[in-house]
Amino acid sequence: MSILADKRTRVVVQGITGREGAFHAARCKEYGTTVVGGVTPGKGGTTHDGFPVWNTVAEAVAQEGANCALIFVPPAAAADAILEAAGAGVVLIVCVTEGIPVADMVRAKHFLASTPSRLVGPNCPGVITPGQAKIGIMPGHIHTPGAVGVVSRSGTLTYEVVQQLTQRGIGQSTCVGIGGDPVNGTSFVDVLRLFSEDPETRAIMLIGEIGGTAEEEAAVLIKERVKKPVVAFICGQTAPPGRRMGHAGAIIAGGKGTAAEKMAALGAAGVTLVKSPAEMGATVESVLKSA
Amino acid sequence: MKIHEYQAKAILREFGVPVPAGEVADTPAGARAVAEKLGGRVVVKAQIHAGGRGKGGGIKLADDPPGAEAAARAILGMRLKTPQTPPEGIEVRRVLVEEASPIRQELYLSVTLDRARATCVVMASEAGGMEIEEVAAKSPEKILREWAHPALGLQGFQARTLAFGLGLSGDLFKAAVAAILNLYRCYLAKDCSLAEINPLVVTADGRLLALDAKLNFDDNALYRRPEIRALRDVNEEDPLDVEASKFNLNYIKLTGNVGCMVNGAGLAMATMDIIKLAGGEPANFLDVGGGASPEQIESAFRILSSDPSVKAVFINVFGGILRCDRLAEGVIAAMKKLGLRLPVVVRMEGTNVELGKKMLAESGLALTTAEDMGDGARKVVELARRAA
Repeated sequence: MSILADKRTRVVVQGITGREGAFHAARCKEYGTTVVGGVTPGKGGTTHDGFPVWNTVAEAVAQEGANCALIFVPPAAAADAILEAAGAGVVLIVCVTEGIPVADMVRAKHFLASTPSRLVGPNCPGVITPGQAKIGIMPGHIHTPGAVGVVSRSGTLTYEVVQQLTQRGIGQSTCVGIGGDPVNGTSFVDVLRLFSEDPETRAIMLIGEIGGTAEEEAAVLIKERVKKPVVAFICGQTAPPGRRMGHAGAIIAGGKGTAAEKMAALGAAGVTLVKSPAEMGATVESVLKSA
Repeated sequence: MKIHEYQAKAILREFGVPVPAGEVADTPAGARAVAEKLGGRVVVKAQIHAGGRGKGGGIKLADDPPGAEAAARAILGMRLKTPQTPPEGIEVRRVLVEEASPIRQELYLSVTLDRARATCVVMASEAGGMEIEEVAAKSPEKILREWAHPALGLQGFQARTLAFGLGLSGDLFKAAVAAILNLYRCYLAKDCSLAEINPLVVTADGRLLALDAKLNFDDNALYRRPEIRALRDVNEEDPLDVEASKFNLNYIKLTGNVGCMVNGAGLAMATMDIIKLAGGEPANFLDVGGGASPEQIESAFRILSSDPSVKAVFINVFGGILRCDRLAEGVIAAMKKLGLRLPVVVRMEGTNVELGKKMLAESGLALTTAEDMGDGARKVVELARRAA
């Protein structure tokens, strides 16, 4: 078991003829993911690096049974690409694209709510179930199958914790990067619910950051519903207020969204907090031993 | 992106939100000319991208045109210090000269994103003129909220609910409903991240006016708003931030002496945190992004090392999209080209890491390598301490 992605996942890559799309489609396939092909409007009927290319996502669904879309479309067209995938009935949509206007995401999220599709991202590294499917840009080789569910707003910081876990011989059930934008498809709460119900996941590592209230909402759910041990690290403990720390969503505004507030909320919900990002793996290890 | 008050008011005027009559000036004589045109009492307001200008001496009343000239002379060229500016203040280059309006009541009106609900929220309050965070903390019941439907937008009844909630009636009520709907329209049409009028005043003669105005914009949407991009004032930004933005780097100057170059915003924040835990202070936040080219990395290095307070540099990279060989190429090129003498600690992992490490080792440059980020932080803090 795992969440969101497994051996049955059939991926269509939107924007497969672009540089990043082509590069990562090949890396995902190398990892063992079933990548059925890609979509670039106007290039349907051609092949790109051996992958068939369609004009629309609907064709990929009809011909190859694609049930997952991985999006590398540039920001101006990315929200439209998300909607196209949802319109074609794709159940899991992973959007890597960084820099989508907030107004576009507000409308896209509203549309998605009326469909069965789930969006992960945008501005995220994607989803990986080690040994089964890699849907995103994370380096596959650092992962190993196991029992720790990882959920994070950050990309490279997720690789950091995965590496620390793997080096200690601790595998991961599924790793989900939910992205650093203020409006995204899947929240901490959504992923925590899934991990909570996944029999293979024994512990959860959550990586949050400054800005917004997603970590506080996660704390409420953890207190009420999550019986498994949760370890959390919040980055941006030293960030000054009023400055956007790279991610569109990472900003302390009006005295709200500080790391201290988030850590207090998670701590009160029984979460084990990690102060140093170098100690994430070791903390999960000790929590697993005492569980 | 932020803009000046006078620019925000010009946009509001375009959208039918009432603002006081006035014009911007960059000389005392210019300010006098505006005052002559307006007639009567005027207010002279320093134009900088920071609030709290009044308390810092950046806003003055003048009874007549010579008074306006004197006020402008006092304000123009001053380094205005407010709680929102850097400690050394910001130089004032322009003043807005406006008709002075006798005030009967100060209200608050804004539109911004509600992240938790994933749509925008319109907020109104009778407690105008104060910091809204303060109102929210002390008397949250005084802030009225209406959420715009993501597809249908803000409805007329919602604007009426807010205007009635502000205790308005008659012509003022009608004016407030129009102002609310127009401010919302402006927020959407210009891809704002914040549209705030504080205070929105009722004048003694019964008019509704946006006495101050703040518009911030979604950086991700600037590509489709060339008219907004044109309003950017780089004088208001840290020169190193401006330089970084030319190369699509995310750089924010901080006060410490340990320079950081990291890929990914989360890891960059975590690197700042671990430097602090190791007893040091980060000199900056710098995210070289996912697909940084060797040229970009070279620029990042140049920007980092041009900050004189930087005593040592910590490069912490976990390759995902970014490949370690490209990073090594950029680091080597930059250090050679810049003749860099700063101690540099490199920690890298991920795609093509062995090739990257080999390139660094064979470069002949004095680089300290680190096993992990904890090790790297300890080493760089020690190097910075010795160099300081």
